Amino acid sequence: MKPELAEITSVQNDDIILETRNMSKVFPGTLALDKVNFQIHRGKVNILVGENGAGKSTLMNILAGVHQPTHGEILMDGRKIELRSPSEAIKHGIGIIHQELNLFSNMSVIDNIFAGREIRNRFGGVDYKKEEEITRQLLNRLEESIDPATLVGDLRVGQQQLVEIARALSEDIRILIMDEPTSALSIKEVDVLFRVIRELLMQGVSIIYISHKLEELLQIAEYITVLRDGKVVASKRAENIDVNWIIEKMVGRRQEAFYIREDHEISDILLEVRNLNLKHPTLSNRFLVDDVSFNLHSGEILGIYGLMGAGRTELLECLMGRQTDVEGNILLNKRRIETQTIGRRIKEGLALVPEDRQRDGIVQSLSTAKNMTLASLISYFKGIALSNSKERADVEKKINDLSIVVADPEQEIISLSGGNQQKVVVAKALLTSPKVLLLDEPTRGIDVGAKREIYKLVSDLALSGYGIIFVSSELGEVLAMSDRILVMCKGKITQEYSRLEATEEKLVQASAV
Amino acid sequence: MSDTTGTESLTPKNRRTKNPVLSNRALILIFRFRTLIVLLFLTIIFGYLSPVYLTTENLIIMSKHVAINAIIAVGMTFVILTGGIDLSVGSIVGLTAMISGGLIAEGLVLKFAGVAVFFQAFVVILIGLLLGALVGYFNGILITKLNVTPFIATLGTLYMARGFAQIRSNGNTFPNLSGNPVLNNTGFEILGGGRLLGVPIPIWIMMAFFLLAVYVASKTPFGRHTYAIGGNDRAAQLSGIPVNRVKIFVYIISGFCAAMAGLIIASELQAAHPATGTSYELNAIAAVVLGGTSLAGGRGTIAGSILGAFVIGFLSDGLVILGVSSFWQTVIKGAVIVVAVILDELQQRLQRRQALQMMEEGMRKEVIA
Repeated sequence: MKPELAEITSVQNDDIILETRNMSKVFPGTLALDKVNFQIHRGKVNILVGENGAGKSTLMNILAGVHQPTHGEILMDGRKIELRSPSEAIKHGIGIIHQELNLFSNMSVIDNIFAGREIRNRFGGVDYKKEEEITRQLLNRLEESIDPATLVGDLRVGQQQLVEIARALSEDIRILIMDEPTSALSIKEVDVLFRVIRELLMQGVSIIYISHKLEELLQIAEYITVLRDGKVVASKRAENIDVNWIIEKMVGRRQEAFYIREDHEISDILLEVRNLNLKHPTLSNRFLVDDVSFNLHSGEILGIYGLMGAGRTELLECLMGRQTDVEGNILLNKRRIETQTIGRRIKEGLALVPEDRQRDGIVQSLSTAKNMTLASLISYFKGIALSNSKERADVEKKINDLSIVVADPEQEIISLSGGNQQKVVVAKALLTSPKVLLLDEPTRGIDVGAKREIYKLVSDLALSGYGIIFVSSELGEVLAMSDRILVMCKGKITQEYSRLEATEEKLVQASAV
Repeated sequence: MSDTTGTESLTPKNRRTKNPVLSNRALILIFRFRTLIVLLFLTIIFGYLSPVYLTTENLIIMSKHVAINAIIAVGMTFVILTGGIDLSVGSIVGLTAMISGGLIAEGLVLKFAGVAVFFQAFVVILIGLLLGALVGYFNGILITKLNVTPFIATLGTLYMARGFAQIRSNGNTFPNLSGNPVLNNTGFEILGGGRLLGVPIPIWIMMAFFLLAVYVASKTPFGRHTYAIGGNDRAAQLSGIPVNRVKIFVYIISGFCAAMAGLIIASELQAAHPATGTSYELNAIAAVVLGGTSLAGGRGTIAGSILGAFVIGFLSDGLVILGVSSFWQTVIKGAVIVVAVILDELQQRLQRRQALQMMEEGMRKEVIA
């Protein structure tokens, strides 16, 4: 790849409260951050944007003391500091509001706000009165009329997010990291949050603000930094910038050669999905998958783009039989699928490569070979016992076909790199002889080389006639790989674009309606 | 002074880092066979201390004692491999003993007809086994369909089954299970007291269960599914494994094995007592854990559990022969279990370290390629 010069405008008379220098972070199999220099301006809103997997959360977790950097240093007020744990970060006045809520749903709002730093009374017990009073003040400031004694589990997700914010406000902080704080908030709640942010600025607090909602963040942006593939690609004052500028920087001018896609023939309709509905498990009139209909042809790569929580994973889970209580029809080769269990759906010819490899893809305690044949074991059960020779032959063939790097198929799967683990999961799906492959973020958390190999694999599979659904939140790959792209938002398909029509701007717009 | 100690402590470290994977492998091998090593060690020590310990007859008698626990441990292994636990096995032992004992001694009393139906001994045995499997099925339904955690579900069954065992005879013992030639139900005593080729029947049963279980665990899809569910049940489910069905079946196996043990005890004693099998679940769990099966599930072997049962049995019989007080025996048994778990943790750590090293090596190779 051609190195692109980062657009970094240094501003005179910078007042930097915190900065990272040459910060790198290596996770097994991936380089999450690559020599990142990130500056946080005192008393300003410092925006950080980037695609999923660009390294934003890793960077924030390092600043919050959750992760330790592999290389590089952190400077606060020009002095080197070390953040070995979250409590050390808090001691330095760095607070974080996590993207995934870190609350105890079984405890009250008060207990959540003071968890781990309870106010003591004279006898060493907890001073509930004082805690309640402070909680009330915090909630008032956020214009929320929640009873402080309510269990957090009983609150709406948006309210829970506000509790998380209230907790951060209750700490004596100088720097507040907000990782997608508005993802579950209503417009009114967002306004309140922005007002609180402005108050905090006046008190001298510095804000690091991460968001995917580009128009919204422009309202408060003062400095903006764009991350891509673990590198800072732009860092400047947020004057005269617009959404298009941000998208251009986020996505970058990709080298077409990075993606491998051969021309393939698209033939008949393979899978038809008609009016698929999946209700929200707790909220009665909300749908996780909302009246979704589409077709998939054999030999077609159908991209599905959307932000986190758009319902993409749930859609695949409906197709796979993971979700029960699904309404609507699924037709495979013009025949309606009646079966409900995952095992039967696999037999019908559907196969899923799940999004979260560690949680849903692999069995950590089993070997590479045993993971690979897990979904197709019955085909090796000849007579009265599993046929080791046939199993071994198939495993070795797949190791060759997908060029999986493993010394011995009996080696435990957790000793493989992320990319190779992912290839094992793909091999497991292929061994069930599927017709339709559902790939949920197949390149998540794997390094660039392994990504290329996955792209080649997807292209080859389309060439040999599989129907492929390719779910991704990376604009570049979804545009480069797909024959057709569906955009999802809030459970609905909001747009459909052909390969020729689709552009980054169109996808981004349709994904946040 | 401090310099020399510094270099001394560095040298072995350097040597270790030279070929870490290899020396780790040797250690892991020792750890893997630790139960066998402990068993041989125990046998040698006791053989040295007591002249009768290593005689053929004593070894046979001790193995017969082991058989009961080993058979229950076989079933328990399947349950623990899925990440579950079965606390009800001791009570199933008691319940099976009472129900089959009652069928031999009193027959099936049909009050409305005023008659009692007697079954042949082998039919009684089949009924007993079926009963154990049914209780296991009940456990499985509680755990999968009603979502009760295995610990609580089987704890409840522990009490219920024990209660029913007492209700069956109002807390009394069925004293004579030799049957009556007139009723054609003799021969029950063969199961626990008989010998084939000089070896007691319970030992044959133990061997049969062992071989069958090894086959099921390693040669069938069901066995592989058991390991996968214990390792990661979400991934197992998404691979199309019928997770609930497999879980129900492991509790059926466990109940079946416990019932077999209950039948052997009743047959051997020629009597059925409602307290039979009390706290046997703990012995079985101890055997499984000693054998290296992780209580978290997904890792372990049938052979390990059988060896674990032998360690427990040979240890307590050896202590009896040496005349150690039964109170001290209990203390020693407890200590052995704790040490076993510590060793298991050490093995885990070694394997994790080895996996990391292999991963690093693999990445280096990838970079070169």
